[in-house]
Amino acid sequence: MRKAIRNYAVFLGRCARIAFVGDWRYYSWMGALTVVCLLGLHAYARQFVDGLIVTGMGDEVSWGVYIANFTFLVGVAAAAVMMVIPVYIYNNEELHDLVIFGELLAVAAIIMCLAFVTVDLGRPDRFWHLIPGIGQFNFPASMLSWDVVVLNGYLLLNVHICGYLLYCRYRSRKPARWFYIPFVFIAIVWAVSIHTVTAFLYVGLGGRPFWNSSIVGPRFLASAFTAGPALIILALQIIRRVTHYHITDRALLTLRGIIQVSMLINVFLLINELFKEFYSGNLHIASSKYLFLGLDGHHALVPWIWTAITFNLIAMFLLILPVSRSLKWLNFTCVLCIIGIWIEKGMGLVIPGFIPTPLGEIVEYTPSLNETLISFGIWSFGLLCYTVFLRMSVPILQGRLNQANEGVPATVAAAREITSTSPA
Amino acid sequence: MNRRSFLRNSAVMASGFAAIAAALSPLRELKDYSSMDEFLQKYYKELTPEEMQKVLKRIENQVEREYGLRPHVRDLRPMDGVEFVYALNLTRCVGCRKCVHACVAENNQSRNPEIQYIRVLKLPHGSLNLEQADHTYAPESVPEKGYFYMPIQCQQCKNPPCVKVCPVNATWQESDGITVIDYNWCIGCRYCAAACPYWARHFNFTKPSIPKEQINPDMAYLGNRPRRQGVMEKCHFCIQRTRAGRMPACLEVCPVGARKFGNILDPNSEVSNIIRKKRVFIQLKEELGTSPRFFYYFDV
Repeated sequence: MRKAIRNYAVFLGRCARIAFVGDWRYYSWMGALTVVCLLGLHAYARQFVDGLIVTGMGDEVSWGVYIANFTFLVGVAAAAVMMVIPVYIYNNEELHDLVIFGELLAVAAIIMCLAFVTVDLGRPDRFWHLIPGIGQFNFPASMLSWDVVVLNGYLLLNVHICGYLLYCRYRSRKPARWFYIPFVFIAIVWAVSIHTVTAFLYVGLGGRPFWNSSIVGPRFLASAFTAGPALIILALQIIRRVTHYHITDRALLTLRGIIQVSMLINVFLLINELFKEFYSGNLHIASSKYLFLGLDGHHALVPWIWTAITFNLIAMFLLILPVSRSLKWLNFTCVLCIIGIWIEKGMGLVIPGFIPTPLGEIVEYTPSLNETLISFGIWSFGLLCYTVFLRMSVPILQGRLNQANEGVPATVAAAREITSTSPA
Repeated sequence: MNRRSFLRNSAVMASGFAAIAAALSPLRELKDYSSMDEFLQKYYKELTPEEMQKVLKRIENQVEREYGLRPHVRDLRPMDGVEFVYALNLTRCVGCRKCVHACVAENNQSRNPEIQYIRVLKLPHGSLNLEQADHTYAPESVPEKGYFYMPIQCQQCKNPPCVKVCPVNATWQESDGITVIDYNWCIGCRYCAAACPYWARHFNFTKPSIPKEQINPDMAYLGNRPRRQGVMEKCHFCIQRTRAGRMPACLEVCPVGARKFGNILDPNSEVSNIIRKKRVFIQLKEELGTSPRFFYYFDV
């Protein structure tokens, strides 16, 4: 037992140490992210002292970019399953090791989600009121309490699966199937649940007709399964370029197939929603009017949503055409998908729900500088986490960070890495 | 570790700490932090009577320190056999907004930024479409021809969506029908504000500011005691008055007698009479199933 704990401690120590070792590109990337993180931290300290008044939010639009980013990132986290399903259900060997990169992205995305929710709280010092047992947890009535459960559960599931598989690889041991396969299958269902619950957060509000629509859930999933794998395609290519980790083009094209279908469904659901809102033309379409056409001379979101729709449509056509089999075009398409869906699902979903207010007043929302800095800070922190996770896991998967070479200083291992070009 | 790497590591660490300290520097201006007692305070419904007394003392001390006068803070409980409802006569209301300002003064709301529990809408005759409402009307004198006025505040719903969504039970419905907030338990997520169909919930986006001479010292724990930054508040039917046998401030100030308040469980009360006898009354957004305890009626 003691030996097992010692081994594990050594493993963690070596992982931690290697996170501080890299070439000049690694240092400048991490340095830049750290600077933005600190700027965000500074902005948050300001908000902590003065209150949420330093944001662009008010009683009229009481949720803003924090919750918008939160919603988008829950989708990114949920999309990790789109790599897991082919591997574990269809035994796609091409994607096998890459699942870990997808799940690590999910972990980083959930960390960002939790950060975005925390900075949105008026009294972060009272977060303990949410902890079941010591606080008051309004479960199952409040959808927010469901969200707390599913997000933290998903974080634990993914940390367990990635951590266990990586540790086995480090020990050159075959992972015990019973110790991770059941969790993989739970995680697949769980991933769908995190995004459904997040959709229900909005759908359940009868007083907000823009959100109170049963299509929000399916649209959330379709857009998540587009933007998430798109992000993974880009991440995998960066990993391939900077670490010489062997990733085949066929793996990337498998993900392209997923995005293709998801984007088609996403656009189809959008058309459904637009038809229902505008054809029936009842009194409840004020928010949709505000979003797509502008309302009574207010149209802050109109250029954004049409940018999003244009990007999504271009991406959809590129995905259908064979041209997106070339990586250059695929990458371009992925960027369009990510931006389009970030706008559509973040700002395009959260803000119009508040405009007009339930009493019919129109007050527009623009994020403040302080709010924007905090958001960039959290994104940087998430990227920082993801980079560190990759910095630890790539050498383990390549076999360079292994129990067998315990005692070799991390700097030496890093030197080897720069010269080594062959795949593991 | 050799001397050079030791020096280098120390330099890196020192600059790292300096950068973090600089990033956190705004925290030096933090003045409105809560004491340990306040931070660890239990949930309202779990406080024993003795603990409640201590909490009330602490709040009185806090208010005295901050505003220079000793308030009387009570924990008033609902009375048996009482369910409060409000009735508002739309034929009479002239849109003077006296209720709005009486409410602010009575309930120690922040003056800057100003928080108001009552919003009076000016609507063209013949329509209840709130999207046509004018929120900022400011003519020489009211009422104006061709319009009617509709004051909206917390509707004290029987099925309150705000209570359902609160993740920490910081807001709940009491047996006399009033939905209250424990300002010491609210975490400030603003989910209730998103859920409320009547825009009744208002948030303290910064530390409330109230001039010392305008503080109302007659306070209740679930009512009008001063709030802190980062918590939700809303109309509570003037708990500090109505649970002690008085009428709400908005009713007392109304110059045309458009506002009626009382116990619906008492068949002889004025509100019971109104609900029984008036041919038309409105529960705002009835179709949402919130079942408000706030009724609008007409003299017909």
